[in-house]
Amino acid sequence: MSQRASDLLTLTREGLYCPLGRFHVDPTRPVERALITHGHADHARAGHSTVLATPETLRIMAVRYGEDFCRSRQEARLGEWMRIGDVTVFFAPAGHVLGSAQIAIEREGQRIVVSGDYKRAPDPTCLPFEVVPCDVFITEATFGLPVFRHPDTRGEVRKLIESVTLFPERAHIVGAYALGKAQRVMALLREEGWDRPIHLHGAMEKLTELYKREGVPLGETPKVVAADRKDLHGAIVLCPPSSIQDLWSRKFPDPVTAFASGWMRVRARARQKGVELPLVISDHSDWPDLCRTIRDTGAEEVWVTHGQEDALVHWCGTQGIRAKPLHLLGYGDDGEAEPDPGQDPKMEEASA
Amino acid sequence: MNDFAHLLDRLAYEPRRNAKLRLLQDFFAGTPDPERGWALAAMTGGLTFREAKPALIRALVEERVDPVLFSLSHNYVGDLAETTALIWPGPEQDPPPSAREGSPGLGHNNPPPSVPTLAEVVETLATTPKRALPQYLTRWLDALDETGRWALLKLVTGNLRVGVSARLAKTAVGALGGHEADAVEEVWHGLKPPYTELFAWVEGRGERPESRNPAPFRPPMLSHPVEEFEDLDKLEPEAFSAEWKWDGIRVQLAGGRDNQGRQVQKIYSRTGEDISDAFPDLAEAITFDGAIDGELLILREGRVQSFNVLQQRLNRKAVTGKLLDEFPAHVRAYDVLSAEGEDLRGLPFAERRPRLEALVRRLDHARIDLSPLVPFATWDDVAAARADPASAGAGADADAIEGVMLKRLNSPYLPGRPKGPWWKWKREPYVVDAVMMYAQRGHGKRSSFYSDYTFGCWRESAEGEELVPVGKAYHGFTDAELQKLDRYVRNHTTKRFGPVREVAYGRDAGLVLEIAFEGVQRSTRHKSGVAMRFPRVSRIRWDKPAAEADRVEVLERILARGEREVAPGAAMEASE
Repeated sequence: MSQRASDLLTLTREGLYCPLGRFHVDPTRPVERALITHGHADHARAGHSTVLATPETLRIMAVRYGEDFCRSRQEARLGEWMRIGDVTVFFAPAGHVLGSAQIAIEREGQRIVVSGDYKRAPDPTCLPFEVVPCDVFITEATFGLPVFRHPDTRGEVRKLIESVTLFPERAHIVGAYALGKAQRVMALLREEGWDRPIHLHGAMEKLTELYKREGVPLGETPKVVAADRKDLHGAIVLCPPSSIQDLWSRKFPDPVTAFASGWMRVRARARQKGVELPLVISDHSDWPDLCRTIRDTGAEEVWVTHGQEDALVHWCGTQGIRAKPLHLLGYGDDGEAEPDPGQDPKMEEASA
Repeated sequence: MNDFAHLLDRLAYEPRRNAKLRLLQDFFAGTPDPERGWALAAMTGGLTFREAKPALIRALVEERVDPVLFSLSHNYVGDLAETTALIWPGPEQDPPPSAREGSPGLGHNNPPPSVPTLAEVVETLATTPKRALPQYLTRWLDALDETGRWALLKLVTGNLRVGVSARLAKTAVGALGGHEADAVEEVWHGLKPPYTELFAWVEGRGERPESRNPAPFRPPMLSHPVEEFEDLDKLEPEAFSAEWKWDGIRVQLAGGRDNQGRQVQKIYSRTGEDISDAFPDLAEAITFDGAIDGELLILREGRVQSFNVLQQRLNRKAVTGKLLDEFPAHVRAYDVLSAEGEDLRGLPFAERRPRLEALVRRLDHARIDLSPLVPFATWDDVAAARADPASAGAGADADAIEGVMLKRLNSPYLPGRPKGPWWKWKREPYVVDAVMMYAQRGHGKRSSFYSDYTFGCWRESAEGEELVPVGKAYHGFTDAELQKLDRYVRNHTTKRFGPVREVAYGRDAGLVLEIAFEGVQRSTRHKSGVAMRFPRVSRIRWDKPAAEADRVEVLERILARGEREVAPGAAMEASE
């Protein structure tokens, strides 16, 4: 095969670039043509000329950035091949958040899959991940260390409900990323039989309404009215992670601080944020699923975009799979430490 | 064991004292003997067994996990026990599908290894020879859940810190039967784990355990820093007594006769730990029946030595004759808690003091003397004494003085840290401006932050002026400042060595940290030859150019002052 993987996809200042199709994938700066895997702010930015993404992702971007977030948009239908320049592409579900997709790029029988962020665990708010066999698999590694094994989400949600039972006088403030995590927590609460209202911080409202319009049943989700906070005894309140420690949350009756995130697996992370009730619920793959997915794709080569690349690259080596870190900037953090949720609200969800 | 582990886990996340107390009480009330007694022992430091070395844990986990992945994980998590607990392939993890298909009849159908109780773990550890330890540990780790593994590893490595003081645990036990913590403390030293008599008593099922210890520990009275009381002028000087705060270790000497009439001689640390064996030279001076509160110090030729000297004795494990000769332990007495069977703690300080003076006089022992009172009329007098103890009566012992204690004349001796009767007024710390040279990621709560800073001062060398490391500090800053420092480190990194980063420093680059510290000692570990005591970042000098930071000579001068103490043997003449 004369064509090399780097002819199909290469790295530019803006991010991953396909020279033969003249498009970027999840670029971090405005470009002519962008293919977007999902609606999180570090992958989906405003200001591109043309955006190709799933209909749900396009609608999420419109809600976040306004209808004019790009000059022209094009809907990608899952599993349908499209020709762009000299390559063909198709989108497949990634199981990360509503509308999230992997993007497969193919030419002359060689296929690269850009997975974006993905998870294999069940999620009632989005389509499950589909394995797309490929030659080169581009994976994230947010939880790319073997200490990360996400538990069953049902147990975590039950922990929250049990705490409300134990402390019926106290409001339970749950930090959750506004896109995806929050709605997943709501849906999981409903599955576990929580039928009381789930109260929302204002920042959660628009995206939650969007999920409902997209057909995800989430029940009654009133927005928190500032004056009523003191009366919300025993309520479950969802807010962005940056709000769990600020003054806003202190006005609730003796609040219990919870945080739904894969980071809660590590005690120090929970304590750094002053979390009293850590809920290990993640929209990313844990270590076993990262490894399983790489094997499932049958890829001979793996590129690691962001997160804990070193460990995953090392593991690939032990499995006889060529692997390299891409050191992509702009996703999460500098890749060495975890993204720092709470610094920049836009970046928070990078570490969902 | 899993129940105890889950208690520890909840305690670790719970910041509120009352909620912790509640969790402890629930646990003690709902857990049978002897499990709860062993738990109490674990929380009060009452367990003795051969601790497992971190290297053993590492070896066990590396048999199961790729060492590179383990090391990356450990570096990330920042805690060996937690990393191991998280990474250990435990029972909750299903075997991969291939393994399940390939080996029918294995895996799921095997009975799971039985979950050990805390009692079983503790008793096994106490009786098991070292070589059998790995086998037991492996079996337990396989049987426990993730939280259980974490607690087990913390326990066996002797690192069980869960944000619960021994005091709080005793408070919770007492509360089972409406007793105060001090009532538990009073009987505590006659008891042994798993404390079944204690639980029987507090639950009203048994007699109060008689303190069979004729020389029991009595919880000490502690003070608050005077800085917490904004305005000294609001206190009336005539209501207080002042004395030096000596820079040694706070101890309690307790003596009495056992039922065979033998003299019992006990030295307790501030937390009630029996340290008599480490100080036999001092213990033999306890010829009285009673308890003295005082400061343990090294005296040579009648002069109090600096804490550096005491440290040298504390650092030695074996108590040899040579050690006893070179570092003779003394007590400078602050207070008397009981004498001749009479509890004196209810008396006001003004009445206890003469009783103390009389006792020390009667003892007439070279190892026990009185901490002298500092005469004063106004707070300005006290301030002057604090600033210059040598001129205020301390003379040559001034360097072993940490500050001044103010004690209310009419206050009884109250265990704990009551606010009001006792104030400590420490001397100003030394400060230098130093330049940050290296930063290391912290542990625990700070495991992803660069929070440990090595800093240096200027020195002349063959190649000209250079910065040499003089110490390391990891506290003194707020969480907000830590975030800024962390960002500074990340943005100014020049080299990386694992968890350590070198940052830019030199005449034209570098961040100046004002470092406060309590003293200087010689060090062979530091290139500069000096090391600081209790260094902490007192200010971040974003404004100050690195070239203007202090020189090593500043520290050497402080060291020279501290070394005027009388050295043993031949060195004596040299220093005089």
